[in-house]
Amino acid sequence: MNKWFKSGNPWIWMTAGAVSISLVAVIGLLLLIAARGLVYFWPSPVLEMEVHQFGKNQTVIGELYETELVPIERLQASGANLEGLDGDFVERFLIKTGNREYVDLDFRWLTENEILSKTRPENIAVVERRTNGNFYGYVEGIVKGGETIDASLDTDHATLYELLERSNDIIEQADSLQRSDIGSINYSLERLRLKQRKYEMAEELTAERLAGIEAEEEQLHQDYLVLEKQLFAYRDDARRDQLIIRDMRGELVTIPMDNVLDVFFPNEMNWFDKVGHWVHQATKFIVSEPREANTEGGVFPAIFGTVFMVMLMAVIVTPLGVVAAIYLHEYAGNNSLTRLIRIAVINLAGVPSIVYGVFGLGFFVYMLGGSIDSLFYQESLPTPTFGSPGVIWAALTLAILTLPVVIVSTEEGLSRIPSAVRQGSLALGATKAETLWRIVIPMASPAIMTGLILAVARAAGEVAPLMLVGVVKLAPTLPLDGNFPFIHLERKFMHLGFHIYDVGFQSPNVEAARPLVYATAFLLVTVIIGLNLAAIQIRNRLREKFKTLDQ
Amino acid sequence: MTQSVSFNSSAQRQIKDRLTRYSVSAGGIVVLLALILIFFYLLYVVAPIFYGASLEKSKTIPLNDSHTTVAIGVEEQNEIAYRFNSDGRLRFFNLTDTPREFTDYQVDAEITAADRTVPNQGLVAYGTREGTAYVVAPKFGVSYPNDKRLITPSLDYPMGEQALSIDAQGQPIVQLAFEREEESAVVAAITEDGRGMLVRLEAEEDMFSESLEWLPELAEIPSLPKSVDQMLVTPDLRRLYIRSGNQLANYNISNIDDVRLNSVDFINSKDANVTDLALLTGASSLIVANDNGSITQWFDVAKDGVRKLTQIREFNAGTKINEIGVEYFRKGFAVSGEDGSITLFHTTGGGRLVREMTDSKAFGLAFSPRASGLLTESEKGLEFYHVDNEHPEVTWRALWSKIWYEGYPEPQYVWQSTSASDDFEPKLSLVPISFGTIKAAFYAMLFAAPIALAGAIYTAYFMSAPLRKVVKPTVEIMEALPTVILGFLAGLWLAPLIEDNLPGVIAIMVLLPVGFLATAFAWSKMPKKVRQLLPDGWDAIVLIPVVLFIGWGCIQISPALEQWMFDGDARLYLTNELGISFDQRNSMVVGLAMGFAVIPTIFSIAEDAIFSVPKHLSNGSLALGATPWQTLTKVVILTASPGIFSAVMMGLGRAVGETMIVLMATGNTPVMDWSIFQGMRTLSANIAVEMPESEVGSSHYRVLFLAAFVLFVFTFAFNTIAEFVRQRLRDKYSSL
Repeated sequence: MNKWFKSGNPWIWMTAGAVSISLVAVIGLLLLIAARGLVYFWPSPVLEMEVHQFGKNQTVIGELYETELVPIERLQASGANLEGLDGDFVERFLIKTGNREYVDLDFRWLTENEILSKTRPENIAVVERRTNGNFYGYVEGIVKGGETIDASLDTDHATLYELLERSNDIIEQADSLQRSDIGSINYSLERLRLKQRKYEMAEELTAERLAGIEAEEEQLHQDYLVLEKQLFAYRDDARRDQLIIRDMRGELVTIPMDNVLDVFFPNEMNWFDKVGHWVHQATKFIVSEPREANTEGGVFPAIFGTVFMVMLMAVIVTPLGVVAAIYLHEYAGNNSLTRLIRIAVINLAGVPSIVYGVFGLGFFVYMLGGSIDSLFYQESLPTPTFGSPGVIWAALTLAILTLPVVIVSTEEGLSRIPSAVRQGSLALGATKAETLWRIVIPMASPAIMTGLILAVARAAGEVAPLMLVGVVKLAPTLPLDGNFPFIHLERKFMHLGFHIYDVGFQSPNVEAARPLVYATAFLLVTVIIGLNLAAIQIRNRLREKFKTLDQ
Repeated sequence: MTQSVSFNSSAQRQIKDRLTRYSVSAGGIVVLLALILIFFYLLYVVAPIFYGASLEKSKTIPLNDSHTTVAIGVEEQNEIAYRFNSDGRLRFFNLTDTPREFTDYQVDAEITAADRTVPNQGLVAYGTREGTAYVVAPKFGVSYPNDKRLITPSLDYPMGEQALSIDAQGQPIVQLAFEREEESAVVAAITEDGRGMLVRLEAEEDMFSESLEWLPELAEIPSLPKSVDQMLVTPDLRRLYIRSGNQLANYNISNIDDVRLNSVDFINSKDANVTDLALLTGASSLIVANDNGSITQWFDVAKDGVRKLTQIREFNAGTKINEIGVEYFRKGFAVSGEDGSITLFHTTGGGRLVREMTDSKAFGLAFSPRASGLLTESEKGLEFYHVDNEHPEVTWRALWSKIWYEGYPEPQYVWQSTSASDDFEPKLSLVPISFGTIKAAFYAMLFAAPIALAGAIYTAYFMSAPLRKVVKPTVEIMEALPTVILGFLAGLWLAPLIEDNLPGVIAIMVLLPVGFLATAFAWSKMPKKVRQLLPDGWDAIVLIPVVLFIGWGCIQISPALEQWMFDGDARLYLTNELGISFDQRNSMVVGLAMGFAVIPTIFSIAEDAIFSVPKHLSNGSLALGATPWQTLTKVVILTASPGIFSAVMMGLGRAVGETMIVLMATGNTPVMDWSIFQGMRTLSANIAVEMPESEVGSSHYRVLFLAAFVLFVFTFAFNTIAEFVRQRLRDKYSSL
């Protein structure tokens, strides 16, 4: 034994253990996110249980959300009912019962002894609603244009889905009317107001101009009234039909169809139906808007905001980073100053991102944005236009943040190009500029690409600086829309990373929102790891390429 | 590759070449300068907090008045000054350069005594020969004719034009103290025949006229000193201070039916006599001026359950002090000295800000509401000074040493930047949040450094090449994981997991190394055939099931462990039996989550350093008969030690600046405690939380910039050291 210790082998095993821990941690973490994120869309069975709780019997309908083992002592301390239990531990279930406005809590803890019976009735429906979360119950009837159809006549749910599709179509039309047409009228009105204010400030508001503005305003108001009428008509139409559902209290509840987003019957589904449902839900998650203070619905604006901001950043950072790298590698002399600058640039990559956020807020938003406002947007002051956090400042801040990444990567690419290639070009009579444009940059382009991808991957995952320079929990409008000038760089935006922070930590109902946060996290991780793997692939290919050149 | 190259004239090509050279150079330099700009911009925002204050005389207005002054003051825009004299006359004076005339106002009564309230109330009370009192105030109406601001001053009677009855016997009032708080007011008065009267007035709205009526309640001040030099009522109407020479009587007047003398204290400095007494804004503190130039600050401190007026700190003005003037909203004050000096102080900042000699002795001092101007009165008349004193509360001492804040039992390090009230004393000590930063980094490194370094050693030195090709990128991909995801998992998954399975988690930490050793031992006892199944350098794979099993097993037995060792609830046990308070989001969670974020940084750099140790060194050592472990410890690690050092530095730099993980995985309370079961607040999380709400240009805003600047310099220095070490190492290897 002693000899074995002296040989050093146990220590080698210990170091091997460190590697195993790291590997288990990484892979376990990714699997955890993937499992929890993906399972969010999988329809889980809905249980109907007879329960004896707080001294009375009742029926509970809901999804099984979580199971855990609890020591009995802990339950005793909280004064729970422990009849008929033996052993040290008791199984406890968290049931999502939904029906938020009819029961006190939409989540409920049940211990195993409290459950008298458990069934899985085929025809339980899960109703996804636009407000107040899910509703669980039995569909008893469908009201179609005032006439009630008994649900037993609609065994394949054809009528239900037909009416549902109808109301969803109408609501979609109403939404698009409100968003695009009415939205653009409001936008035009605001611009008119600013125009008038601008003339006033310049003391150029002649009666003629005023009349013109007022006439335009009047016209917009008229248009607005017409559209508003149409909107109300749509809404009334969507409200035409109703669902009659018996909930777990045994009472009939009428849900107007315009509040129903989707209805499904998880206990009736076979495996293929479930896969179909999963795909359907996952798609909906990606393409739809968030609801209920971000705790339900999709993440489309956050995806859009992230992508838009990152693209804007890429447009800014690429030329700057490449020029700086070319200068450092090709033009600046190879002296100690250059070496010092190089070290400084590398180290800037290690400066905490929040510092860049502070810089961005002070310099870009308040100083630069404030100056732009006082020069060009005086008519809307004191409401800031560019002088408050916005997507352009977020992109600029992240561009500065990722600049070192692009510079370092590009320089590495430049230094991998054998000097023989450059010298060959120069020997053939090309100028330095020509060598640069035709030989060096094309050969370094994969490296530039790598740097850019790494920068994008880093930017997509950064949250701390964005909290200061432009991200919000709920942006009413996207930075890109149908109103002139179409791209609104001063607008605030939503971001996947911030969405995770906000929903997971700031929302009132964290329990209900948690699966959605896992799904969002999975989305973000997939994008970022995908980008990183792409960068690694490109880098490896690049290395192979120049290996052959060297020979 | 075919390319058409157009042969332009040589001159054109030369121009193009030169153009490229200049534009690339210019562009490159601009980008590099932009990066340097970060440093200087942060410095530019931070610098004003360390600028000194300055006083600059801007106007002198001669006075011809035989009556003494009761109150002087300036309105908010520094345009109009006013003066109440002891005869009940109010005069306004123009401080701007555009000539204006103002009317004078007169309180129509025979005045025998007068007093003013604290500056932010801005009232003046006059006592009359009939034993009544009037309360008056200057009023500044603002209008905008032709889009230009016009301020019109007038006299206002905020408590009605009716005289308020103070003495039922109608004796003349010779001394007066007055203070008002919303719907109540207190007048303390001394009548000609030497009685001390206390009147509490409560406003009541008249049902019909909707005007306020002030209903008095009277009491007599018990054990009144023989001679009264000064009387002060605190603005919360709970205390009455009466100074008689160097003695201060402290009355509790919160209940008018039971006015009590709390204590009588000597408040003079050693070998000196008190010359003036003033209440600091917020009225928790008394400022006492002495004739030897010493100024002391006093407030109630609870000690052993008794509140006692205690001297907190001392300032020195160097000359006999005539008068104290306090600021409206901050804890600053000015004093005028016998030698004609005016000196500004701030209590939290703890020092003299500026001392300005003037050619006349000032006996009246009043700040303007925004503390941007100071009005003094001397023999020459009224003099107005512009005051530039933006951030008196932030000094090096206030940021980094213990400060005795108002209402605290002793000097402490406190970070508490905002509060609802106006006269709040900001507590901007960077110590607790710097401490939190170090604590978070410490626990992260405690977890990350051993695992990352051991892992790097194995991967670089023992692992077989094909496995290494997979393992290295896998660990490095961790670095790309957004920290918001790690933070979210730490806060919402890991923290509850640890809370519920505390014994299990601790068991994992103990059992993992033990398990590795046991596996290693068992493996060495295996028959050779089995051992040969696994090629060299694949041990890590064998250990993965061990890690999984121990992890799973410990969580499974955790409830049983809890039952057996901690009576079923480890949390309660910790709190009740051991007296350790337990936060759900604590340092252990942060250490694990942030350690996870730091592992790839350290791993990657350390692995590179060890892997690039020239092979002939280790081969030589092995050939001379050293075991692999001996070669590793005696040759490889020694050679690679600078690289390992730089890896740790880089990791530390990352841990110090990490924001999202600490923001989400701790409670963000700025406590100073090394306990692993408590949270912390770090510099970076503090910036993220408070920056969006901070007012631009305020002291708070600049201190947050200072926090960012500290982070910047700190991490930049760490990384630079690490980078230099690495470069040196690279040079060394190439020579080996």
